[in-house]
Amino acid sequence: MFNLEGKAALVTGATGGIGEAIARALHAQGATVALSGTRAEKLEALANDLGERVFVTPANLSDREAVDALVPAAEAAMGKLDILVNNAGITRDNIFMRMKDEEWEQVLEVNLTSNFRICRAAIKGMMKRRAGRIIGITSVVGVTGNPGQVNYAAAKAGMIGMYKSLAREVASRNITVNTIAPGFIETAMTDALNEKQKESILVSVPAGRLGTAAEIASASVYLASDEAAYITGQTIHVNGGMAMI
Amino acid sequence: MSDIADRVKKIVIEHLGVDAEKVTDNASFIDDLGADSLDTVELVMAFEEEFGVEIPDDAAETILTVGDAVKFLEKNAG
Ligand SMILES: NC(=O)c1ccc[n+]([C@@H]2O[C@H](COP(=O)([O-])OP(=O)(O)OC[C@H]3O[C@@H](n4cnc5c(N)ncnc54)[C@H](OP(=O)(O)O)[C@@H]3O)[C@@H](O)[C@H]2O)c1
Repeated sequence: MFNLEGKAALVTGATGGIGEAIARALHAQGATVALSGTRAEKLEALANDLGERVFVTPANLSDREAVDALVPAAEAAMGKLDILVNNAGITRDNIFMRMKDEEWEQVLEVNLTSNFRICRAAIKGMMKRRAGRIIGITSVVGVTGNPGQVNYAAAKAGMIGMYKSLAREVASRNITVNTIAPGFIETAMTDALNEKQKESILVSVPAGRLGTAAEIASASVYLASDEAAYITGQTIHVNGGMAMI
Repeated sequence: MSDIADRVKKIVIEHLGVDAEKVTDNASFIDDLGADSLDTVELVMAFEEEFGVEIPDDAAETILTVGDAVKFLEKNAG
């Protein structure tokens, strides 16, 4: 089950905690992977570690030209693109009344607009081959909201609406389009929280712990697999029970 | 009938699964041949592949009938 041999996958944000785990997991199932992020050396290091069936395709997702060049670069490297994982994301938290235009715009650009452009570039090849998997990493806060994160929550909720609409458009062509909504996961993003903040978060998590990047990666392997052909337009919540939707 | 028209009609017949006699010059992909909007996008991609041309979005939007496609390709292909 969940064999990805012969499949070609692009993972954005592969320098980050969750993205690296996703890239490793897809690779372990046999997929060829293209790793993207802005830190080329970190991507190279991961590529060296994975060994075969790996390509490095850096791109700065706040630069639209670079965004539009990413899928063609991945397709040129791998010959095709079967699995797209839009995982890169940033936060620029601030309370609503203090939220700056730039904070709003940066988060929307990197977390939502780049998603749209990357999907648009990838869909053509998938339509031609009548097969494809698009997976977006959204967030529990895109569904529940979160104080201090109006920009981030808006972008993550936007992804969910976009993915559902795209899922409806291309379902008849055997392309599935889904999102994974992590809760609180141990990564650099959550390392920034202090102990007190972590404790107060855990009160709301029935599982009583933070999740791991590997637990997000498992969900991505499932959605990428042939076995998940009949699941589309969905959001898989991986959050230890902190929100049950 | 030109060679280009033959090739266009063949693609339309195969892609939309319609009878050859329905694929006339005036036949509209959507109104007469039962295509949906996604089919029209795929037809354009199939024409691009067959004729080795790039059909930009604004041109693609004007290709509504079999004849439109033939005319465009006669002008721009080869
Ligand atoms: N950690 C959590 O608890 C949590 C919860 C819910 C959702 N998520 C989501 O999960 C995803 C991964 O998060 P993470 O926790 O792994 O965060 P992370 O470790 O901070 O990684 C973020 C990734 O995004 C990439 N990125 C950021 N800005 C970029 C830009 N302008 N261009 C290209 N790449 C860019 C980074 O690449 P470079 O560093 O190379 O630029 C990095 O690989 C994000 O979408 C996040 O919103 C995380």
